[in-house]
Amino acid sequence: MPKNILGREIPEFIEGYGETQPFMGASARKPEGNRAGPKLRATFGDCTSKVIPDLKAAIAASGLKSGMTVSFHHHLRNGDYVVNAVIDACAEMGIRDLTLFPTALFGVHKKLIEHIKSGVIRRIMGSVNGPIGQMVSEGGMDVPVVLRSHGGRPRAVVSGDVKIDVAFIAAPTADAYGNICGSQGKSACGSLGYAFTDAMYADCVVAVTDNLVPFPAAPVSIPQYYVDIVAVMDSIGDPAGIVSGTTRITRDPLRLLISKYASRLIEASPYFKDGISFQTGAGGISLAVTAFMKEAMKKRGVRGSFGLGGITGYFVDLLKEGYVEKLMDVQSFDLEAVKSIAENPNHIEISADWYANPWNAGTAVNMLDVVILGATEMDRDFNVNVNTEADGALLHGIGGHQDTAAGAKLTIISQPLLRGRIPCVVDKVYSVTTPGEVVDALVTEYGVTINPRRQDLIDACKEAGNVPLVSMDELIARAHEMCGPADPVETEDRIIGVIEWRDGTVIDVVRQLKKK
Amino acid sequence: MRLRRTMLYLPGNNPNMLLRGHLFAPDGLILDLEDAVAVREKDAARVLVRDVLKRGEFGSCEVTVRINGLDTEYWRKDLEMLVPLGRLDGVRAPKVDDAATVRLLDEALSEIEEKAGIEVGRIKIFCLLETAKGIFNTYDIATASPRVAAVIPGGEDLTADLRTNRSPEGTELEGIRRSVIVAARAAGVDALDTVFPRITDDEGLRRETEFIKQLGFDGKSVIHPNQIPIIHDVFTPTEKEIERAQKIVAAAKEAAERGLGAVQVDGRMVDAPVVKRALFTLTRAGLLEEGTEHA
Repeated sequence: MPKNILGREIPEFIEGYGETQPFMGASARKPEGNRAGPKLRATFGDCTSKVIPDLKAAIAASGLKSGMTVSFHHHLRNGDYVVNAVIDACAEMGIRDLTLFPTALFGVHKKLIEHIKSGVIRRIMGSVNGPIGQMVSEGGMDVPVVLRSHGGRPRAVVSGDVKIDVAFIAAPTADAYGNICGSQGKSACGSLGYAFTDAMYADCVVAVTDNLVPFPAAPVSIPQYYVDIVAVMDSIGDPAGIVSGTTRITRDPLRLLISKYASRLIEASPYFKDGISFQTGAGGISLAVTAFMKEAMKKRGVRGSFGLGGITGYFVDLLKEGYVEKLMDVQSFDLEAVKSIAENPNHIEISADWYANPWNAGTAVNMLDVVILGATEMDRDFNVNVNTEADGALLHGIGGHQDTAAGAKLTIISQPLLRGRIPCVVDKVYSVTTPGEVVDALVTEYGVTINPRRQDLIDACKEAGNVPLVSMDELIARAHEMCGPADPVETEDRIIGVIEWRDGTVIDVVRQLKKK
Repeated sequence: MRLRRTMLYLPGNNPNMLLRGHLFAPDGLILDLEDAVAVREKDAARVLVRDVLKRGEFGSCEVTVRINGLDTEYWRKDLEMLVPLGRLDGVRAPKVDDAATVRLLDEALSEIEEKAGIEVGRIKIFCLLETAKGIFNTYDIATASPRVAAVIPGGEDLTADLRTNRSPEGTELEGIRRSVIVAARAAGVDALDTVFPRITDDEGLRRETEFIKQLGFDGKSVIHPNQIPIIHDVFTPTEKEIERAQKIVAAAKEAAERGLGAVQVDGRMVDAPVVKRALFTLTRAGLLEEGTEHA
């Protein structure tokens, strides 16, 4: 079987996916041809309202038929009502064989399992986790799922790899002519970054709102000229699941220790100077790294330029206090972030295309200095797996992992050495999500492990004198000694998941788990 | 002159903590077989602590075990299983009431050390004073054996014995702390303070640490890793203190080279105790190797 550049066996053709392009290197593939585009449509003065109050009537008006592709964004996260409501309605209307193309799915969507079993959904292109991930991993879908990064997804749309027939866009606020705003309304979620590409490229765009306001709505995230239909629901989501309250920094001592080491690594690096930009996300370790970095910036009088990605109240404070000049927000995680994006002109809403698509004229991650990311596993070659669990089941989506790692000048994976008895370093990762060529360092409670190709960073840490360095060999030996060897995952030959690199080449495949 | 600013308790039945406690870089570790371990888990915890001691990975921490009380059936087993491994620096004995308890422990340690071929007297004793009687006998306890490295007033048990309870202000422990420090200094052993129980109250911990440092304590027992940097911060000398200490040490060195007894620094006489103090300041600042001998 042919192998890609990382030695992963990738068949030339995968049933339900098609012909494959093997991964050739992080920035090896160059696009050809023109952007794809949606169907042309014309609207004239006789149309002054696009409102169809009933969801089923709106679905019917959209022209959605069996076998088509429907897309959703995940800004309402675990509070989302829209995905379930639309698919329930489709089932009742007798629509089947849908391809679901979400930007991500959450626990609240486990209800889709019944629709997968009954054939309403035939295929998922997007991350699957939790119970759906387990079902897919055990062979519960006929067609493999396709995992793409936050940048890889808009790339697939603009290049024509994926054609969206109908985009359903949950809209916290909309007017009758389809102007959509994410930062206002009872279901406010802040940035609508992941919905932009779908609005621009779908043949039909349905805004689904629970807050219909008089025309024109303002401010506008997605303007009226992309939106065909405005459907109204009583409620599009549960605010408690959409945004969290105050995000707190972890008090877990181990995570704090890891954060401290990560922060020292950043401080020792050549990027810790005026104008530094960073993305740290909302995880426990990430937030603590941001706190330690803030202290270091204060102490050394360093001012940053921008914070990127998923934005929390903690980043909003950095903006208010002048530690960064701007926030580029593709996803707002908490109430403070939602409030800030509505009020502060230096808090900018950006699309996933702008954030991370490798195939445009310049994406935000390219300007990023430092990113802190997580991992399930990492191996001797610094390849990272975030998609599958130690038992081989699909666990997480890629998120912005590939994109930020590829773009940032310093990519740091921070992770405790052990989760229970499962080590985060292994000889060879089960699935590759992000190749070692774009990963610079791993930080665990035992210290900082730097990719040998970054001798400059190793030297910088040695000069700083307060960064404990530990080699990958040492770390793996320690993990072996503490946990012993793990039984290999037993699989069938059948491929149930395809992991694309952000440029659309196949970096790895995931096979069906053998029945125990 | 070993630093004992922080000694971190690690539950003897928690492998995760036992293996990783040293990563938080306290000055010392206390592998706890007493209060952290339920009676039915005593044997299992002892075996676990033995295995962790065999691995022997503790960074630069001073390694001690809190054994079970000398009024229980477990303490001898604790010592017999753990001391012969040769990795322990000391044992922390709970509820030490009088000198006789220390002597009993001393004899048992000597016997085990001799049998195991370990230098007799190597294992230090850290005495927890958890009763009014123990506090009353502090000096006798501290001088009952050359093994005694430190005396440590108790918290909860002691206040219960005093028929009061622990308050945020620590009024009930104030006199006790003062008397313990006098007895410890008179006996030439370290005085280590009790734990600060409110693990999320960083400000309270800082205030209490500043207070006990001013009283003269050498450090504090710690029940949560997050407390360590705060206590170290309080015990780390200020830049002004470091500067002055460096001046004193330099002047003393120069005086010694020129064969002079006492010298002046900034208009004040500097004699041997002041120099000793200055060296200690520099040790705390991490500017001198721990354990380096300075005349």
